[in-house]
Amino acid sequence: MSTTEAELQGSRAGELTGTSRIGALRASGFPYIAISILVVLALVAIFANVVTPFDPEVGNLVDRFKPPAWQTGGRIENLLGTDHLGRDVLARLIFGARVSMMVGITAVLVAGVLGTTLGILSGYLGGWVDQVIMRVTDTWLALPALTFAIFLAAIRGPGVWNIVIILAAIYWTRYARVIRGEVLSLKERDFVRLAIVAGCSKRTIMRKHILPNVLNSAIVLGTLMLGVVIVTEAALSFLGVGVPPPLPAWGLMLADGKKGLMAGYWWLTVLPGVCIMLMVLSANLLGDWLRVKLDPQLRAL
Amino acid sequence: MKRFIAKRLGYACVSLALLSLTIFLFVRLTGDPAILLVEPGASKADLEQIRTQLGLDRPIWVQYGTFVSSLVRGDFGQSFYYRTPVLELYLSRLPNSLLLAGAAMTFSLLIGIPTGIIAAVRVNQWWDSAGKIFALLGLSLPSFWVGLVMILFFSVYLGWLPSSGSGTALHLVMPAFALGWYFAAAHMRLTRSSMLEVLGSEYVKLARIKGLPEALVIGKHAFKNALIPVLTLAGINLVIMVNVAVVVETVFAWPGIGRLLFEGISFRDFPVVQATVLLGGTMIVFVNLLVDVLYAVIDPRIRYDR
Repeated sequence: MSTTEAELQGSRAGELTGTSRIGALRASGFPYIAISILVVLALVAIFANVVTPFDPEVGNLVDRFKPPAWQTGGRIENLLGTDHLGRDVLARLIFGARVSMMVGITAVLVAGVLGTTLGILSGYLGGWVDQVIMRVTDTWLALPALTFAIFLAAIRGPGVWNIVIILAAIYWTRYARVIRGEVLSLKERDFVRLAIVAGCSKRTIMRKHILPNVLNSAIVLGTLMLGVVIVTEAALSFLGVGVPPPLPAWGLMLADGKKGLMAGYWWLTVLPGVCIMLMVLSANLLGDWLRVKLDPQLRAL
Repeated sequence: MKRFIAKRLGYACVSLALLSLTIFLFVRLTGDPAILLVEPGASKADLEQIRTQLGLDRPIWVQYGTFVSSLVRGDFGQSFYYRTPVLELYLSRLPNSLLLAGAAMTFSLLIGIPTGIIAAVRVNQWWDSAGKIFALLGLSLPSFWVGLVMILFFSVYLGWLPSSGSGTALHLVMPAFALGWYFAAAHMRLTRSSMLEVLGSEYVKLARIKGLPEALVIGKHAFKNALIPVLTLAGINLVIMVNVAVVVETVFAWPGIGRLLFEGISFRDFPVVQATVLLGGTMIVFVNLLVDVLYAVIDPRIRYDR
């Protein structure tokens, strides 16, 4: 605890003396590998149409279950083989990165905005607002996340935007909890008291004084949540209540891969999983590092 | 003490009420609940019948009252697919889920506790880094993918283990591993941090000053105390395991609650889906209550704290 406080003091002192945050970020332990993987995945996702000549949703039934190029029976055109409908696996993986990133990042942002807003309102206003928001947060936290997601998906039906809404609806609670805790200690600090004395409205204080100070935590939490959200999306798609086919999503590919599993068509199962793992692992590494750098208070999480 | 328990019990009741209200409102607010609660392909007359049965023409708080009173009586509706009460179905699958969760928990503790202790004793050495990588991998790999890869390796290529179903101990091996993997990483992390905290305490220092051999200090003095938070987490996780097993149970066709939920989605059997989320939430509320009360019994400071 004492180290945490000391580091907290240190980081605040840094802010006061004007040490740039970027400078602090460049310090030891920069997660080069994680960042590189994320950048490559992002570039591939953005330029998916340019990177692969194949349509990820259309296949040729004649070329079903072709193995990767280096195995006997494989062809160089389908570098990583084809699936049960003869669709190119590499093309689907590449377009799958687009779906995963889009869904993951949007859901994290929506959940973040919602959770942070409610967390600030709850922490700063206190009273019955706090009671209501926190009771709801506790209840939603008690619901098993995946089961709750499936329940919502069963009501809303499949669709990419529905998935984003569902994921945001489940995960905003984590932000609300953490941010509220931060706000509770922030609102006792001198700069907030001075703002009250200076006659700032509650709205202004929350927007101009509280929000900038909880942004670090929200960013760290968002990075850490990205992995969780992507795995949840994959699980929902795998169960058939997530991204609807024939869209290319890694979870859907795993579900399709089951059709060739007993025949030993390993590439259909192993490759999409490796992609999920790379993305989640990178997001977690980046999040862990950001947590240490930006927000010592979150270290215990 | 009695006041503390009463207060916690009150909280749990509020949570349960809000839980049912949340589920109730979600079903009502996102369209026509009659369509969800009537079998796919039902006639107009059937739709009208379910409307009057649910009292959808009455005020919403009356509807909520009806909803809660039927839940309290244990009436979670009838499964469209199995034609039996949902609660009966749920309870018939529960033992399988508990068996799987128990096996997965045993596995996760057998892996998580020893590795966590080693990582704490050899902090910042080779072992510790290996443990950190293991924990990170465990938290990053989706459990259903671990399951699928295991099927590929152990069932398809090696032919050692059955790929799906239940019945023998061999059927349990892969699902338990796939489900326990993530939790092994979580238990390892907690064991490590808990051990580190205990190793820095006064009584461990005293034991060392007394000249006790290091093995005895760690095994007898530190380990026992470090285990308390780990076992608490394990208790909560057991219930969570029952509720997150849906993907693993689907992969291995394990006939537990998760599989029931999956069937519920596949057959558009909405009462099953609704009951699973309600009962899962209820279980978690009760476990949290139990943990709170047990903690208060063990540690009197908590009773006055809050």
